Order: sequence, then C-alpha cells, then structure tokens
Amino acid sequence: MAAPAAPSLLRTAIPLWRDLRVLRVFSQVVFVVVVVLVGARLYANMRANLERQGLVTGYDFLGNPASFDIGERLIPYAASDTYGRAFLVGVLNTVMVSIIGIALATVAGVVMGVARLSPNWLIRQIAAAYVLLIRNTPLLLQLFFWYFGVVIQLPKVKQSIALLGSLFLNQRGLYLPWPVPTETFDGWKPYLMAALIASFALWLALNLIQKRLDRPLPAWWGLGYLLVPAGIAALGWALAPNAPLAVDFPVLKGLNFKGGLRVTPELFALLTGLVIYTGAFIAEVVRAGIQAVSKSQTEAARALGLKPMQILRLVIFPQALRVIIPPLTSQYLNLAKNSTLAVAIGYPDLYSVSGTIFNQTGKAVEVVTIIMGSYLVVSLTTSLLMNIYNKRMALVER
Amino acid sequence: MLAAWLVYLILRPALTWVFTQAEWQVIVTNFRLFMRGQYPDEAVWRLWVGIYFLALVMGMSWGVWGQAARTFAALFGAAALLFVLLPFSLNARLNWVGVLITLVAAMLLARNRAALKPWVILGWVILLPLTIVLTAGAAWLPFLSPVAPRLWGGLLLTLMLTIIGNTLALPLGILLALGRRSSLPAIKSFCIGYIELWRGVPLVTVLFMAQIMLPLFLPAEIRVDPVVRVIIGLTLFEAAYQAENVRGGLQAMPRGQFEAAYALGLNGVLTMLFIILPQALRLVIPALLNSFISLFKDTTLVAIVGLFDLLLIGKTTLAQPDFLGKYREVYAFLFVVYWAFSMMFSYASQRLEKTLGVGTR
Amino acid sequence: MKRNAYITMGALTAVALVLVACGGAATVEVEVTRVVEVTSAAPAATSQVQVQVQVVTPGERMQTIKDRGNLICGVHGTFQGFGYVEADGSYTGFDVEFCKAWAAAIFGDATKVEYRSLTAKERFTALQTGEVDVLSRNSTWTLTRDVDLALTFGPTTFYDGQAMMVRKDLPATEETTLKDLEGANICVQTGTTTELNLTDQMKAAGAEYTPVVFEDNDAAFAAYDEGRCDAITSDRSQLATLRVAKMKNPDDHVILSVVMSKEPLAPAVLQGDDRLADVVHWTVYGMIQAEELGITSQNVDSFLTSADPVVKRLLGVEGEMGAKLGLSNDFIYQVIKQVGNYGEAYDRNLGPDTPYQLARGQNDLWTNGGLMYAPPIR
Repeated sequence: MAAPAAPSLLRTAIPLWRDLRVLRVFSQVVFVVVVVLVGARLYANMRANLERQGLVTGYDFLGNPASFDIGERLIPYAASDTYGRAFLVGVLNTVMVSIIGIALATVAGVVMGVARLSPNWLIRQIAAAYVLLIRNTPLLLQLFFWYFGVVIQLPKVKQSIALLGSLFLNQRGLYLPWPVPTETFDGWKPYLMAALIASFALWLALNLIQKRLDRPLPAWWGLGYLLVPAGIAALGWALAPNAPLAVDFPVLKGLNFKGGLRVTPELFALLTGLVIYTGAFIAEVVRAGIQAVSKSQTEAARALGLKPMQILRLVIFPQALRVIIPPLTSQYLNLAKNSTLAVAIGYPDLYSVSGTIFNQTGKAVEVVTIIMGSYLVVSLTTSLLMNIYNKRMALVER
Repeated sequence: MLAAWLVYLILRPALTWVFTQAEWQVIVTNFRLFMRGQYPDEAVWRLWVGIYFLALVMGMSWGVWGQAARTFAALFGAAALLFVLLPFSLNARLNWVGVLITLVAAMLLARNRAALKPWVILGWVILLPLTIVLTAGAAWLPFLSPVAPRLWGGLLLTLMLTIIGNTLALPLGILLALGRRSSLPAIKSFCIGYIELWRGVPLVTVLFMAQIMLPLFLPAEIRVDPVVRVIIGLTLFEAAYQAENVRGGLQAMPRGQFEAAYALGLNGVLTMLFIILPQALRLVIPALLNSFISLFKDTTLVAIVGLFDLLLIGKTTLAQPDFLGKYREVYAFLFVVYWAFSMMFSYASQRLEKTLGVGTR
Repeated sequence: MKRNAYITMGALTAVALVLVACGGAATVEVEVTRVVEVTSAAPAATSQVQVQVQVVTPGERMQTIKDRGNLICGVHGTFQGFGYVEADGSYTGFDVEFCKAWAAAIFGDATKVEYRSLTAKERFTALQTGEVDVLSRNSTWTLTRDVDLALTFGPTTFYDGQAMMVRKDLPATEETTLKDLEGANICVQTGTTTELNLTDQMKAAGAEYTPVVFEDNDAAFAAYDEGRCDAITSDRSQLATLRVAKMKNPDDHVILSVVMSKEPLAPAVLQGDDRLADVVHWTVYGMIQAEELGITSQNVDSFLTSADPVVKRLLGVEGEMGAKLGLSNDFIYQVIKQVGNYGEAYDRNLGPDTPYQLARGQNDLWTNGGLMYAPPIR
C-alpha cells in the first residue's frame, strides 16, 4: 500500500486523506497498531517484572501434586492428586451451584414477580417488602447472615431434627437417603436409555398431533411423559435378578452422619443467599415484563372465558417472555459470577480453590488466567444458550 | 390486621435487642473510623465543606422545586438531626447543626425563585467533582494538600469508590457503546470483545487481578496506590456494563433522528454528540442509576482484597480488645447503613425518572 | 430543540468537570522511584526510564526508604493482638511494634511508618512488586517462600506452632490425638501453611476428615464456635487469642497438646535488599539483647552512663555499630526509648495485662528457657 499517488481520473476531486474508504482502513490500522503496542508493552513489563523477581512462568505446575484437601467434590479427589484436578473440582462445584441456583432463582423470581402484581394486598406488600429489602443490601452481608445467622444455628449433630424417619437436618447439613447403584445396575442401563428415547419419541408424536389440532391438548396428556419412561424403567427393574439401586440411609457414626446424600451447610447457605438475592432481581424483571403486556390482552382473554391461571400461562407469559429474556440472561450471568462469594462462607468453588493454589504456588498470572478463562466459558455458554432460546421465542412472535 | 400482627411478631425481639441488650459503644467509639477510616484529622474540614455544599444545593432544590425535592431534603435533614442528637463529639454535632441551618436557609432563600433553577442544576453537576477534588486534594491547589487514597476508609471509601468508579466508567462506556455500533470491523470487534470479556468475569477476580497482577503490568519504577488500583479495576469493569446500558439507549433512537440531522448538514460526529447521545443518555438514566446502586453494594467486595471499606473497618473494630465479640452490633449497623444509602439512591433514581418522564410513553 | 441543547450543555459541563477532577485526582500517589542500574555508564535522562534491571546495588532499597522519609510496612489489618486498627485510626499490635522499631532505627522516629493492610493472599506479592518495603504480618518462614518467592526472612519474632482446638464435650482432653478426630469436620483458613500441615498431619495419623476452608480466620472461628466444625486448627497463638476474643464460652474448649508443625513467624524483605535485611535483623536482636540486659524504655537513659562495654556498644555510646549499617550509632537507643525492648512489646500486646494473657513459653529469653537469643552486637 505504498503511495504512488497516481491521480485516478475518476477520483481527482477526493484527496487521499478525505477518501472515506482510505480513512476507514487507515483508522482501523492505527487502532490495531495502538492496541497491539499497548498490549506488547504491558506484556514486556510483565516479563521484565517476573524476571527481576526470579519467578518462573508456565503451566507445568498443574501436573504437580496439590497436597491439600477439598471438602466437597463431585469427582473423586485426594490430596495426592494434581493441581489440575483440584481446579477441575472447583470448576465443577461452581457449575453445579450455578445450574441449581439459576433453576431455583427463576422459580423464586417468577413467583415473587407475579405476587407483586397480585390483587391480594397482603401478598403484594410482602413481595414488595422482600424486593425492597433484598435488592438494597450487599449480597456479601446477606450471605454472612444466611450462613452465620441461620444455617449453622440449626441444632447440633446429636440433636438433629429427624424428618420422615430417615431425613436429618442439623448444622452439619441436610442428610437425605440416596440411591446408590448395585452390581446389577449395568444390566439396567439399556432400559434407562430406552426410556429416554421413548420420551423423546413421545414429544415428537405429541407435537405432530398438536399441529393438526386447533386447540391445546388436554393437560393430562402430559402425564405420558412421566408414565411411559417410568413403565419401561420399571420393567427393567422387575427383570433384574435383584434391585439395581439400593437406598443408602444416613446413619450417625462417630462424630458425624455417614451415608446418604449430604447437602453441606455452606452449599445450602450459598444457594439460599444466591437464590433469594437473584430472585428479587428476577422478580423485578418479571414484573416489568408482565406490565409491558398491554392490559387489553388480559381483558380480551377474560372475555374469551379463560381462567386467571390460564390467562397468565397462555396469554401473558408468552408475550412477556420476549421482554423478560434479555435482562433475565444478565441476572443468570450475575448469579454465576456472584457464586465467587462462596469463598467468604467456606464453600470450595473455583475461586476458593484457585486462591489456595495461588497461595501455594505464587503463580499469579497463570492462576488468574485460569480463573478468568473458566468464568468466561461459563458465562459465554450461558449467554449462548439464552440467545438461542431468545431467538426461538422471538420466532413465535408473528 | 394479620400483616400488622406478623410484622409485630418479627420486629418485637429485634427491637428489644436493639434498645435493651445491644451494646452500641463499639459503634460510638469507632464512629470516626466507620465514617472516614484513617483520613487525617487536619483535612476533615474538607469533607465538611462537601457536606455543607450538599446541604446548600439540596436546600435550594427544595426551595425551587418544592414537592419533587421535599421528601429527599427532609430525609437528609432527619439524618442530620439524628447525628446532632447522637452522642458524638461536640465538634461533629455543632457541624451537623450548621448543616441543618444551611439546609433550611438555602430553602428559604431559594423559595419561589425559578430563576435560580439553572444554578441549582449546575450545583448538582459540580457536586461530585467538587467532592472528589476536596477529598483527594492536589499538590497544585492551595489549602488542599493531597491525601493519599489509601488513607480513605469506611463510608468515605465506599462512597468514593462508587462515585469515582461510576463517573470514570461512563465516558469509557459511551466510547465502547459507540465503538460497538461502529461500522469499522476492527474497532467493533475490539469493543465487543472488551465488553463481553469484562461482563463475563466476576468482580472479585477483577479486584484480585487489580491488586495482584496490575503491578506486574506496570514498569518496575511505577507503584500505584492500592485504592487507585481498585478504582482502575472497578472502572474497567463498570465501563463494560455502562456500555451495554448506553447501547440500549442508542438502539432505541429512531432512524429519523439520524436522517434529520444529516439533512440539516451535520456530520457523523456532530450528529452523535449533539443529537443522538443526549437523547439516548436521557433514555437510559434509570439503567445507569441501577448500575450505580449495584456498584455501591458491590464495593463490599474490596474487603476481600484488603481495602478498609465499611465492611473491613467493621472487622478491624472487632479485633480491638475492648470490643471483642460484638458481631451483632457491628453487622446490624453495617446492614442498616448499606440499606439506608441504597434505598436513598433508589428513591432518588425513581424521582428523577418521574421528573424526566423517562419510561412513560 | 432548545431542551436538547440544554441537556447537551449539562452533559458537556459534567464531562468537562469530571476531566478536570481526574486531572486533580490523577496526581495522587503515582510514586516513581528511579532504579539505579549498575551497568549504565552515565545517568540517563529522566525521560528514559529503564525497564530492564539487571543488578540492583545492595542498599538501594534502603536509599529509597531514606529518600522517601518513611518505611512502608505490610501488616495484618484485622488480627487482634498482632495487627489491627484502633478507634483513632492508628495501627496497633505485636507485629506493628517491629515496624515502629525499624522506623525508629532508620529515622530516629518511630512514627515514620506507613502501614499497608494486606490479606494472606496478597502479602508476598506486595513485597515482590515493591509496594511494601518490609512485611511484618505473622508469616511463617519456610524454604519454599524463602527460595521460590525470592524473599529474605528476618529473625523469628514469634515462635509458634500449629495446634488443634476442640470442644471438651467431644469428649476431649489435652491428650486427645489427631487419630481420635476420625470423621471430623475441621475448620481452617485458606492461604496459609496451616491448610497444608493439616492435610499432612491427618494423613500421617491415618484419620479421614473433611476440611471446611474459609477466606479469613474470623469466619473459620465463628463457624467453629457455632458448632459447624468439630475442631479448628491454626497457630497456637491465634487459637489462644481468638478463643478469648471470639468464643461465647472459652472454657468449653481445649487446645490439644499435639504440635502439628513448627511455625516460626518472621518479618520478610525482598531478596537483594541486603542492607534493609541487615537493619531488620539487628534491630530485632537489639530489642532482645536489651531485654536480656534489663534495659527498658523507662530506664534506658540511666544506662547511658553505664560502664559495661556491652551496654555501651548496644546503645551507641561507644563503637560504630550503627554506622556499619548506615544508621546513626544510637539506633538501638532510639528503638528502646520509643518502642521498648522485646519483652515490653510482647507484654503490651499479648501479655498478662491483655485479654489474651499468652505465656511467654518458647518466646521467653534463652536465659529463661525460651528461644530468644541475640547474636553479639559488636
């Protein structure tokens, strides 16, 4: 792109520096060069600083034994495992909290959002007070409250509250009986697969039938989703020589309960805090969405003889969703990101585990890169899924 | 009735505790620390100037607009009155009396003088920069020797982080929003990348990075105050959110506005600066204020990276031998302070929304 | 149109003012220290900032500190007994006493310290990036930190060891072993050597356990106190002070006699800051020596006329001890006068008159059966 400046006959009127096309390319080149230069300078600084301090960079340490324990994990992990695996444990914990939290917060938010528009004065006021109090205080303080003020104030292990005989609640957590696979579980697996495929086939079939009808299918048809796969699974169960799943009951052994599924107080408090906090924000999103649907829609639906719940489900929500989804997405992202506060109440999420790793290895750059990368992946995946959903909802429009 | 009874049931033990069992001495003794951390005594008058100025502007707004600003001014006055009555140092109480007098005098002075309106607006506009300059000081200003930000603490630090973080983030956010809508692919993709990157990571990790990694990126000879580092982190982070807010406003502008401006012979830059941006910004004021409030609450996270904000001051008072174990008092106090400020901001934003008529069509 | 112009005007004014304000605020604290480069022949122009630093002359940091006029000391901000902020905004605590002592040694004025409150995570990074000159924040001296993190540790100012505290009704006595804690939930703070020792020791004892890891010790303690954990592990000094400070019923708990690790808490400077390291060392030794000789902040003036050559050298009446370190000869006199000897610093923050009443134990002078022993100052 040297400047031979041979004046073209067509463009003699426009000098090079006023030519929009040249300007566009030029300004972008300048921009990119500046960005690259700044980036390079920062990188050079970092290298120089690390070198001066005699610190070595690299991700080799991920293969070294971590030699610290993690209290909660979804995959097997021991202190002799590597740092890499410790990271993975943290990532999985974060993902689990995010998924459960998002599901529960959506329920809480929708209920509270609808309640804020309830015709009942008391319900409306309670919902309003909830939103007002929760939205206006820092989440960190709220988590402290849930953890120190509520969850660990539950009875001690020896005085556990027993619910339904084998469900225990104490300050060490909630203990549930939980099915564990036995040796015949492998033989049962094909039936589970078949049940899944059957549900999918059922869904396709119902959709086809729906298309030919001009009115909604009766609600009890939905039961098919439950009955058909359950039937197949039950058949497999009956054919197996002995039960493929056994129920593991929590029993008090020594200092603590053993067996069953344990929801730790940290997880419980973290989820409670996140769900209640995010729920308040979602409630406002839902309220705004519902209010954005014009009032005449409700009136028209009522004139057609729909019941209040039907109006909400069939008329208001589908329209409100379009307004709701974009801000809802940001709330979901907020929840995932806010789960980092777990570190304050002792739940080993990604940030907490990374903190320990950083302390042991002193590898600031590497650890921060891994943390940020992991959260980016989680956030971008959530965004992507919600955008796909948003597109689908938008298509329903007309 | 039922609701009232429920409320009574919940409040009774809480109130009993507040008035009879709680020992509030920890708050009274450390009030100075809670309010301004280690901000030097000899510079405190500068904070008072800021508060007096706030009272002046607020009183004048009350006088000029009446109804719209009254509740707000009344709340401020009530807070001032409360401080007069509480057992703090005589000096502070006298000052609060002065603040009250300023508030009322300004109201009386400005009553029914609509001509003062532009001046009051100007007052609000310069309030924030003025407070920042007063608090930070600068070497070249007479009487205002610089106070290192690391000495800011408590409520002062919390508010400063919120205010400075937001004011710096807004221009950056506007640029990013414009860049994201630019037709130049390099600039557009950079802005999208920036916005999505920062929106995708948790604030705690941003602060962690600001504290631990930022010094690595700077030349070895340059050291930046930890509070300034956190402000840089907060600004970069908040800018991404503000950019999305502003983008919402830009997208809402009808094409006709652009076309009309071109028809009038304005070029792209002028159109943006004088036609589109002012209208778009006005549209997104509620969203911007929401970000402001959420940043206020999020400043609690700086405690995790060791800055003496309100929360960490609370912790250090709990380490003083005289007040060991006074958790409930300290945390209840913090909860109320955060809630009160956040409510006040929400209320102000709602009023502003109504006054400007945003959101109603 | 007029309305729009009005709003635009407002917006522009705001932006302009913000820029002005930033101009004002931007002057705050961007501290530039020129780094002396040995290899460079002539002093470079000020605009030419050297990024690559090959060799740093010993004493260079010391010069920076002297030029700056104060010592930047990294401390704990919220730890009772060791480092916290008083109601008037001043830092107090055992670790803080040494910051004051070094300032007294360097400047002859114990108040010339600038404190930085550091979290467990950022403490060493703060030292590496030069944000603090010296770290006095109950940090354990270990080989990894010394070598990998490129630090130089000073003399141990507090001999500590990791211990375990449990509830008496477990049941437990001081003799309870780690093996007895099979299946226990154990509260621990992240970012410390404690977490690693716990893993090692429980493994050695062959006991399964579940760690509950908290960002700070206060949270870990509160959780233990409420019964979330069966046991809590931390340095013995922390357990002892926190027990008094945070527990509802301190007498319901017992600290097991088992020693899980050695935790020598020592100040640290960056490797290469040799002159500063010397000052850090000999100031602490001076304080220990003073206690051994019975010199306190109260009676130090009466010792100035002492005939004992050891005392004379210590207080700078005789000899050139200070000059060898680049300090004034009476630097230890200033330390003792303004801060006190080691025992005074200990008693003021942890001793019998404080709520914690920590016995001296290993931290007593060697003459009393402890480990505090100063090399000769001569």
